[in-house]
Amino acid sequence: MSGIVTVIIDEKQITVPEGANLLRAALDNGVYIPHLCANEETEKPAASCRLCFVEIDGFLNPVTACTQQVKEGMVVRTRSRRIDRLVQTAFELLLSNHRLGCAKCARNGSCELQKIAKERGLKLKLTRLKSVVQETPIDDSPETFVYDASRCVLCGQCIWVDRHRVKVGAIGFIRRGMSRKVATFGETGFAKSRCTQCGECVKVCPVGALIPKAQG
Amino acid sequence: MEPMEEPKEEPMEDELEIIHAEVDSVLKRYESNPEKLIPILQGVQAKLGYLPKEAMLQIADAVQIPEVEVYGVGTFYNQFRLNPPGKHQIKVCMGTACHMTGGRIIMDSFERRLEIPEGETTPDREFSLERVACVGCCALAPVVLVDEEVEAKVRPTRVDGILLGFGMELPSANNKQKEEGREE
Ligand code: SF4
Ligand code: FES
Ligand code: FES
Repeated sequence: MSGIVTVIIDEKQITVPEGANLLRAALDNGVYIPHLCANEETEKPAASCRLCFVEIDGFLNPVTACTQQVKEGMVVRTRSRRIDRLVQTAFELLLSNHRLGCAKCARNGSCELQKIAKERGLKLKLTRLKSVVQETPIDDSPETFVYDASRCVLCGQCIWVDRHRVKVGAIGFIRRGMSRKVATFGETGFAKSRCTQCGECVKVCPVGALIPKAQG
Repeated sequence: MEPMEEPKEEPMEDELEIIHAEVDSVLKRYESNPEKLIPILQGVQAKLGYLPKEAMLQIADAVQIPEVEVYGVGTFYNQFRLNPPGKHQIKVCMGTACHMTGGRIIMDSFERRLEIPEGETTPDREFSLERVACVGCCALAPVVLVDEEVEAKVRPTRVDGILLGFGMELPSANNKQKEEGREE
């Protein structure tokens, strides 16, 4: 029974292939939903950023759009008091472990956090939570890019391209909880790992954690 | 967070041989099945007492996953250790009761005396220091397990007592002043 289905997102009627990913369907049809950890190709979403909450008729509680498949007649809302509160909290949690200071960041102007803040009217500073950013050494060992873990939001995009697109297997998540971070085997830094410095991970980093080295 | 650093001590040649042989036998038992990664790591740790980098590389190679993935699993679970266990294993309880009664102070005292952070082993492999969650005798908090023996209501002075009992030399107040004096 695969075919085209009609769903309603924020009163906008859209037609998409049955079984399509809801987050994708919304984005492709011009409805913005904040998201960091999903990408076009992830089959099993980690759903770890907790930013893409929506309400769907028939569901008691808000759900993450990246883990939903569209069904005929689905009615979806991307904004409500409950959603906004969830997203606001998830966003502030991310900020509490992300070194702020946009003026000094290479991604200033093209950062996903700035985009989310703008779209949802959220502040790019902490109001309820304390900052728990740890001072971590910046890895500038690669020729062409720099890795600053204190700006990383643990979205996993870089690890995804490393594994699935360029198939190198140089980086992964290590540790757990507050100590979780992206690293190479044995935390050697990029240059001493099997990283080929193809630079693909730098292109997908939504924030200023993986940035090209300044030319010159 | 730990700085990136070179492994402190590379295993010796004969140590390497043992590692390879033991890892080999565990891998055989699980037919190098990537889905059995956790039992494989448990098996290797049971044999070697820890997960040496060389072992993780060998496992990654055999089960055909990136070595950083093995490292990720090894650092995710508390039960895995990446340093060789010390001759004496010190486990400081950080469960709720012990935390409330100053477990952190006890951990700090050990860290200072042994000059290693939690989770590591002294370079002479005499002592290793770990945190554990509630060990089930909260009435005795704060609790330290020293080679699996319970030490109850531990105070920083008892930390020194434990280490002295193992023949560790502690800087006496006098010596310390002298040393500091010399440095100036
Ligand atoms: S380095 Fe960038 S792409 Fe990688 S997990 Fe962190 S924020 Fe995401
Ligand atoms: S995009 Fe859905 S939880 Fe991150
Ligand atoms: S909390 Fe330490 S023994 Fe229970």
